[in-house]
Amino acid sequence: MPLVKDGRVTDDSWTAVGDDDQRPDGCSIIVSLERWQKDREDLRKCNQPLGIRLKSDQPPSLIEEDLGHFGLIALEFPVYKDGRAYSYARRLRDEMGYKGEIRAVGNVLRDQFLFMLRCGFDSFEVQKEKDVAAWKDALAEMSVFYQPGADTRTPVLSLRQRKIAAKKST
Amino acid sequence: MYRYDEFDQQLVNERVEQFRGQVARRLSGELEEDEFKPLRLMNGLYLQLHAYMLRVAIPYGTLSSKQMRMLAHIARKYDRDYGHFTTRQNIQYNWPKLGDVPDILKDLATVEMHAIQTSGNCIRNVTSDQYAGVAADEIEDPRIASEIIRQWSTLHPEFSFLPRKFKIAVTGSPHDRAAIKVHDIGLIIVRNDKGEVGFEVYVGGGQGRTPMVGPRIREFLPKNELLAYLEAILRVYNELGRRDNLYKARIKILVHQTGAEKFAQMVEDEFAKIDKTGELNLPNDEIERITAYFADPAYKELPTISADFQAKKSEDPAFAAWVANNVAEHKVPGYAIVNISLKPIGGIPGDASADQMDAIADLMQKYSMDEIRVTHEQNLTLPYVEQGDLYDLWQSLKAHDLATANISQITDIIACPGLDYCNLANARSIPLAQEISERFGTGERADAIGELKIKISGCINACGHHHVGHIGILGVDKKGVEFYQITLGGSADENASLGDIVGPAFTEDKVIDAIETIVDTYLDKKQDGEKFLETYRRVGLAPFKETLYAAG
Ligand code: HEM
Ligand code: SF4
Repeated sequence: MPLVKDGRVTDDSWTAVGDDDQRPDGCSIIVSLERWQKDREDLRKCNQPLGIRLKSDQPPSLIEEDLGHFGLIALEFPVYKDGRAYSYARRLRDEMGYKGEIRAVGNVLRDQFLFMLRCGFDSFEVQKEKDVAAWKDALAEMSVFYQPGADTRTPVLSLRQRKIAAKKST
Repeated sequence: MYRYDEFDQQLVNERVEQFRGQVARRLSGELEEDEFKPLRLMNGLYLQLHAYMLRVAIPYGTLSSKQMRMLAHIARKYDRDYGHFTTRQNIQYNWPKLGDVPDILKDLATVEMHAIQTSGNCIRNVTSDQYAGVAADEIEDPRIASEIIRQWSTLHPEFSFLPRKFKIAVTGSPHDRAAIKVHDIGLIIVRNDKGEVGFEVYVGGGQGRTPMVGPRIREFLPKNELLAYLEAILRVYNELGRRDNLYKARIKILVHQTGAEKFAQMVEDEFAKIDKTGELNLPNDEIERITAYFADPAYKELPTISADFQAKKSEDPAFAAWVANNVAEHKVPGYAIVNISLKPIGGIPGDASADQMDAIADLMQKYSMDEIRVTHEQNLTLPYVEQGDLYDLWQSLKAHDLATANISQITDIIACPGLDYCNLANARSIPLAQEISERFGTGERADAIGELKIKISGCINACGHHHVGHIGILGVDKKGVEFYQITLGGSADENASLGDIVGPAFTEDKVIDAIETIVDTYLDKKQDGEKFLETYRRVGLAPFKETLYAAG
């Protein structure tokens, strides 16, 4: 599945490790919450970059104490309709101050890219090739945003405040 | 009323083009129907029994004449010359063609309208009091908060894929005309003991198959913190609302299963984590900017009572009857609030023809400072009419079959689309409403019956609000035959209650007689000046049960 990061298709430098697989050495690995809970001591000691994959019923509060160990958190969308991970990403960014990579995995579709970006996701395992090709178009569709998000897009409220300030200063 | 600035307009324009692209992908076959479905639902486009149905938002129910004319134009150009005003302050078109929908939306955008989030599992069109700004008991115009919520909820990146749809209603008066306690979130504008204006917050009300009156979770929420608090509620719901069972997915179930107190605490905990100094905190000058749009219009100084108006009332009893039923008191001396009934005797509740819409637009300009409201009872309200104009206005309304004098009477019925349009229906709703309407009509008998709200749903989803009808009628299906179950004593106002089931359901040919029996029983039991609901609350179900089932 193609991985999109910073707007470009990128090679994935992370390797997913199954719950019963031998831990490979020397590469960046992604484990499940279950594996992390089981092999925590072993995983903490190994000095390879660590990522974790959370299902949509596994809120990041479960790993809040351990966030420092993870360079990547993959949040799963089992179906696009299951929108829990949007809130998880917001929480990770806004409330827990998580600075690592947040990856959208699962049923990741074109018409959701922008919402995901705005909630703090910064890499995307895109399901369909043609959605990858449409990445730029999908993001260009909207340029006005009412809500503050976890991204750098300026919400309308701030733009209005700036307008008022500019008016006052002239 | 609110006017779009360049940002609001840009967003709606972009949304039209985005949807045009989505429709094109569907028509070219790039998108399958099941992939297209959530996209069209985010924009109010349903697939019904016979055709697509487009639901257009009328945020908090306010329209200008220019917008009304556009609604007429759309009915004429893209539909079958009529539109249907709904209980959620929307208008629905029943016959648009898929390929036309982007153009319809483009036309709407030219008058600052849209269909954004009128369906789908997202925050829906915000609803409010049709008497906003003109009610004497109002603390603050609820449309200010409603517009703020409209903007915040539009294409919200975090809350566009909720467990289920989410409806917010706001009232600014202690007398609740917006049924806020049967909404996912209900807000009442209140003044605290320091004299500050803020919100009382109710959460987890709703209708559908599990009707509930929402409990209060916050006594006073300062204005500036509104969005942060809403965001806290929505975040808790988005994470914890049930996604395994469609029928248990509304926030009411979560609140009920968690317990209101515990749920309130979870919201407070989340609220405490949200940065309230940041961009979610509403700056005063933004509140003022929006408030300015809802400032009082330039009222004239008029005598409290127009002599001419009084004279006309005594000369013309039909006019007097219309005034008694359809005209409400205005906060400004010499002005009146006029309700236009969209429930002509024997007609389809909420329907208006394109010609009627154009006629209404003319009357809005001539008599009501260019403004109208759509009510959750599927009627229209002219908010700024001078008493002295009432007679002329009434005559013009009559000419367009819009002067039925039956607001809040037994023929002012709410009915869902039912089996005539809806693929979930067990039974017909509209023909039943028509029959009841014809049975009781207007005039002496209807006046004697007085305020009596009948609400009809064709199935348990309760689109017709039957749970909160003084008399509720619910279509049920028994082996392919249409049956109707009757409830009594529901109410959607500040003393909200859910109706009690009166007994076994009635067949179609018996249900109208049953309504008649209920009415007769009420008239028999009624004490001086008592309304139906008051009598019911005093005497209870028993006498009605007795008369209804005695013979059988
Ligand atoms: C024919 C198309 C329609 C379909 C298929 C439909 C479907 C539904 C369904 C499935 C529900 C239950 C949702 C839930 O509570 O989880 C519902 C509720 C509701 N619908 Fe409809 N509906 C239709 C038309 C309408 C119309 C025309 C109106 C307005 C007049 C309307 C207003 C409502 C309202 C007010 C509820 C109330 C329940 C609540 O939100 O608590 N619906 N509808
Ligand atoms: S109440 Fe049932 S029959 Fe009526 S519109 Fe809603 S879903 Fe359809």
